[in-house]
Amino acid sequence: MDFELMINSFPKLLNATVVTLKLLSVSLIVGLFIGLLFAILRLNKNIFVNKFAYGYSYVFRGTPLLVQIFIIYFGLGQIESLRSSFLWVILKEPYWCAILAFALNTGAYTSEILRSAFQTIKPGIIEAGKSLGISNKIIFCKVQIPIAIRQSLPAYGNEIILMLKGTSLASTVTLMDLTGVAKYIISTTFKPIEVFIVAGGIYLFMTFIIHNLIKFLEKKYSY
Amino acid sequence: MELLAFGDTGWGDELFCATLMTIAVSITAMLIGFSFAAIFTPLKLSKFKFLNLIANIYTTVIRGVPELLVIYLFFFGGSGAIMFVASIFGYNEYIEINAFVTGSFAIGIISGAYSTEVFRGAIQSIDKGQFEAAKVLGFSKFKQFYKIILPQMLRLAIPNLSNVWQITLKDTSLISVTGLVEIMRQSYIAAGSTRDPLFFYSFAAVLYLLLTFISMKLINKLEVKYSRGY
Repeated sequence: MDFELMINSFPKLLNATVVTLKLLSVSLIVGLFIGLLFAILRLNKNIFVNKFAYGYSYVFRGTPLLVQIFIIYFGLGQIESLRSSFLWVILKEPYWCAILAFALNTGAYTSEILRSAFQTIKPGIIEAGKSLGISNKIIFCKVQIPIAIRQSLPAYGNEIILMLKGTSLASTVTLMDLTGVAKYIISTTFKPIEVFIVAGGIYLFMTFIIHNLIKFLEKKYSY
Repeated sequence: MELLAFGDTGWGDELFCATLMTIAVSITAMLIGFSFAAIFTPLKLSKFKFLNLIANIYTTVIRGVPELLVIYLFFFGGSGAIMFVASIFGYNEYIEINAFVTGSFAIGIISGAYSTEVFRGAIQSIDKGQFEAAKVLGFSKFKQFYKIILPQMLRLAIPNLSNVWQITLKDTSLISVTGLVEIMRQSYIAAGSTRDPLFFYSFAAVLYLLLTFISMKLINKLEVKYSRGY
């Protein structure tokens, strides 16, 4: 055990944790909107819209995240029209490519979570709203969404933790996140166990915080 | 399409072999995971607090740490650990373990943590009366488990195990960082030499989709088989 290395690498790894947290929070926020959009599309009665949303979530849940990142980072640059458009400002940066991939991936899982949450809402609640003369839009925003959020909290907590682990793949597209820096230190010092303990400890600490935060929210919004 | 031709002109045969490699690694990892689950599930269900603690540490750490980090640990630390054990027995030569063994072991340990949780949940949801009835009828401990608990447990576990299988299958793409030539690595090589990453990575995505699709169909059949009595 090389304790000196563990202590020396801790600040470096902590700095890299900031990158991980940034990736995680931005992609979760974008992914939540994508997920909500596709959950609504899934509940649409039009069969084409429905199938499209199902196809999206099937493809993104059925392929590894690594493939998705590589397609976006290495593949999209190949399309000539994309390279000359304004989107290239975003897509040439590995940071935004990673976020795009994470957001689309977590969006697919979130849409499934939200869809099942919407489907478990008892029709009586919506009917009660309708009979009170409330418009469909307001029923959706003020009744369905709050109930769906409460229903999906436990599953969404798992998704946040999966996404936290997923951000480690950003290191494959040259980003120096927590795993990227850990790998760099391991490959320069050849002390994998020490670095694993420190980096793994930071990840576990974040998982612990997220887990308890979700538990707290569940308790707060239980009815 | 000529990019996918079999033989020397295209990448078809290479990608086909890589797909077989992905399947082989996934199955090996799944089996290694089952053997880990066979060790840790009894520990989780044991009456002794200390044994519970060991099993809980295993599942919590593995499920809370990114897969890539575990793979790096095994990739960089694997041969060192083996050499250390070998040096105790007086063997001091350099030992190199191949990427297949390291990779499937790393993924196996991850998949084992998920399988442990699945088996624990399945055994706990079997009615207590079943255990008692088996005991009363004078079955031996082994027969109790093999003839009564296991069939009931499998019925409950198979839907969740199919999730574990999907996770394992997708995790194998991460082994490409160790240089094992599976779908992802082969696409990387092909994309590099043809300068056509979009095509090859999209094709890799299609291969993974096919694998998940076919395996879901097979698992559904198993599910039907094990829920005959219900």
